[in-house]
Amino acid sequence: MSEHVDSVKTYALVWIILLILTAGTTAVAHVDLGPFSVVVALAIAVCKMLLVALFFMHVRHSTRLTRLVLVGGLLWFFILLALTMADIVTRGWLGVPGK
Amino acid sequence: MASEAHAETLALREQFDTAAQQKDASTLGMWIFLITEVMFFGGLFLAYTVYRSLYPESFGLASSTLNEIIGAANTAVLLCSSFTMVLAVRAAQLGQRRTIMLFLVLTIILGLAFLGIKGFEWTEKFHEHHVPGPTFHLEGTAMQGQAQLFFSLYFAMTGLHALHMVVGCGIMFYLLWATYRGRYSAEYYTPVDVGGLYWHFVDIIWIFLFPLLYLIDRHLK
Amino acid sequence: MITEAVQGRETYLNASYGIKSWLFTKDHKRIGLLYLATITLFFFLGGAFATAIRLELLTPQGGLVSSDTYNKLFTMHGVAMIFFFLIPSIPATLGNFFLPMMIGARDLAFPRINLLSWYLLVIGGLFALFAMLVGGVDTGWTFYTPYSTTYSNTWVIATALGIFVAGFSSILTGLNFIVTVHRMRAPGMTWFRLPLFVWSHYATALIQVLGTPVLAVTIVLVFCERVFHIGIFDPALGGDPILFQHLFWFYSHPAVYIMVLPAMGVISELVSTFSRKPVFGYHFVAFASVAIAVLGFLVWGHHLFVSGQSLYAGMVFSFLSYFVAIPSAIKVFNWTATLYKGSISYATPMLYAFGFVGLFTIGGLTGLFVACLGIDVHVTDTYFVVAHFHYIMVGGAIMAYLGGLHYWWPKMTGRMYPEGWAKLSALVIFLGFNLTFFPQFILGYLGMPRRYHVYPPEFQVLHVLSTAGASVLAAGYVIPMAYFIWSLRYGKVASSNPWGATGLEWKTASPPPPHNFDETPVVTHEAYDYSTVMGEVIEVG
Repeated sequence: MSEHVDSVKTYALVWIILLILTAGTTAVAHVDLGPFSVVVALAIAVCKMLLVALFFMHVRHSTRLTRLVLVGGLLWFFILLALTMADIVTRGWLGVPGK
Repeated sequence: MASEAHAETLALREQFDTAAQQKDASTLGMWIFLITEVMFFGGLFLAYTVYRSLYPESFGLASSTLNEIIGAANTAVLLCSSFTMVLAVRAAQLGQRRTIMLFLVLTIILGLAFLGIKGFEWTEKFHEHHVPGPTFHLEGTAMQGQAQLFFSLYFAMTGLHALHMVVGCGIMFYLLWATYRGRYSAEYYTPVDVGGLYWHFVDIIWIFLFPLLYLIDRHLK
Repeated sequence: MITEAVQGRETYLNASYGIKSWLFTKDHKRIGLLYLATITLFFFLGGAFATAIRLELLTPQGGLVSSDTYNKLFTMHGVAMIFFFLIPSIPATLGNFFLPMMIGARDLAFPRINLLSWYLLVIGGLFALFAMLVGGVDTGWTFYTPYSTTYSNTWVIATALGIFVAGFSSILTGLNFIVTVHRMRAPGMTWFRLPLFVWSHYATALIQVLGTPVLAVTIVLVFCERVFHIGIFDPALGGDPILFQHLFWFYSHPAVYIMVLPAMGVISELVSTFSRKPVFGYHFVAFASVAIAVLGFLVWGHHLFVSGQSLYAGMVFSFLSYFVAIPSAIKVFNWTATLYKGSISYATPMLYAFGFVGLFTIGGLTGLFVACLGIDVHVTDTYFVVAHFHYIMVGGAIMAYLGGLHYWWPKMTGRMYPEGWAKLSALVIFLGFNLTFFPQFILGYLGMPRRYHVYPPEFQVLHVLSTAGASVLAAGYVIPMAYFIWSLRYGKVASSNPWGATGLEWKTASPPPPHNFDETPVVTHEAYDYSTVMGEVIEVG
């Protein structure tokens, strides 16, 4: 069965980067970035997720279908988040109680 | 050679025509299962987003009572376990039975270490009266209800995650035993592969839990 | 009984005997029958609650049951019918049985997970049944907080647990179907040669897999709040009960498409076979199925119009709700166009198909009424909504289910049902259904609230008509039960293709052999290619 066997070096490099990013996000949390703190924290988390997914979960070598499944799942979570937050965020805009 | 072909034939289920089809189906099945897990945890992430947006100060204050160093350390532990896990899968791709077992054992140890550290954290929270319920009290705020919401989500999310870790360790133990029994080879190691996918997914959940729970408004402390 | 007809040939029914061969089977056909038995039991359970409701509503003062009991009746009617009958129904019975055959496979991708799915439904059902027997639950099938989490004194946990477990049954079935359609198609069976029944089950499976987990975690949260008092919906702590409603309806709206998409898949098969024509606009119907699944996830807030959800969110959800009607309408147009210049047969399955098209259209159009934010403010929580969803779920989904059951009965059992009795029951069901539910549109429009058992006297005539219709409908459902069982022993022996239909399931014997096909088929024809069945003798018409 022809399959990509990644080298130990590749995995080790990814692992080190993940550890660095973890230290990084912890350190950056102490810097006052105002509203961007959460953006930076999530951005770093997304990078870590991508590294784990692409390299450790082999999404790099996977079929289009696998990638579609992954993207679809994340998209669906965002639908749940976005439309619910659309309610939360716009409450009180009308100035009428209960709307 | 003969024993590998034997392993493959034994493992091929009758509804499939080829081993490749079976592997593809199993992998796709695991990925779809992981998507259901994304939506399952997603409900909790939604609740977190809603309440953090409504009560940012309370959430910040509550979050600051968590030990971020321990949280970061635990994150590192899990990342190391993902490293050992992918090395186990790699060993399986190469048919290296002993190496698979070595890395599975390391993964299990790291997983159990994570759970142990988590248990220590939770015990601390219990002693500090930060467990939601009648004994809950958080110093420094009048918004006890909002703070309690944070901790409800903290325990729900880390609890659900820990439950998945326990299941993951169970899966690792099974894979360890099956590898010991010679069930896997370079031609057939699908269970190790999909077990790895599950393990990495649980790690990814924690990758998000750590900053969201531990690192809110740390610059204010 | 059935086996006498097959004269020593091995079928999936006689390949092995004994209860263990059924309870530990991996055969998707046997699992389909296990599901058939289970959901039929829950259908009659839900029907019993419906009977009690309709009896209570005969008089304005009620009187048969207390208010608390009435709350339990409509709750348990909803729980039984939705989670333990409609959600599994077509996919778990007809889907399980025929999806592998239609794609030319020997079984689903994961037969043991398929069996596990059935056990999960049974276990979940037992939890729910337990709750119903020891005291019931009165929160409404929608379990709104804080009533369900804090104030209700009924068996919320047991029922919720039952639904939780049954939810995993649904998730695993969806997972199985998706992998099967992607990876198990026979050589030559390309995506656009698939029967539309398969497309609709694929779309359904997407919903099962993406939506149900959110219901599961919502139930976990209700459980935690009720048992451990860890409240995230508790207003006293700053929690938001509307968050529960968002989480609940994120699943429960797409859930209605889980209930109707498979029904639409059945209708595509019936309309084609009994017009002896390919479905008009095959690609449109296939894409419309997926579109319904996708768009169905964007509209859940239309259940929250009067809940306290922001007006702007309400407007967004109202706007999006109109879009989801479009692919459904496309399908109705395409089925209708299929009939044009077709060779129409009025066999029982076709009668159910006609019933579906008409009643689903009414249900769907009234859906547009309630999708309109301005109108919904007046008709929400009235019988108008009750009539709307019963037109789709009963007039639509159940009629399609019965149509499919009749259509594939000869294939599953090797026996024909009695056509005369079947046509009669189809008619009785159609008349009974309309008598039951059309008055409810009027009742709701005039202001009769749902979930009330005491009402102003001027509504009584309509309620009496509705209850009368319910008795007729009940009779209509009992008759097929009787003749289906009768047919197992006395029904005419069926050939492999009594309808002259296209589709791989008709190319194998009735009942099929354990592995479906003696040899894996190689597909060279497009879907609904009637030139391949020119010589088939059609036995019923």
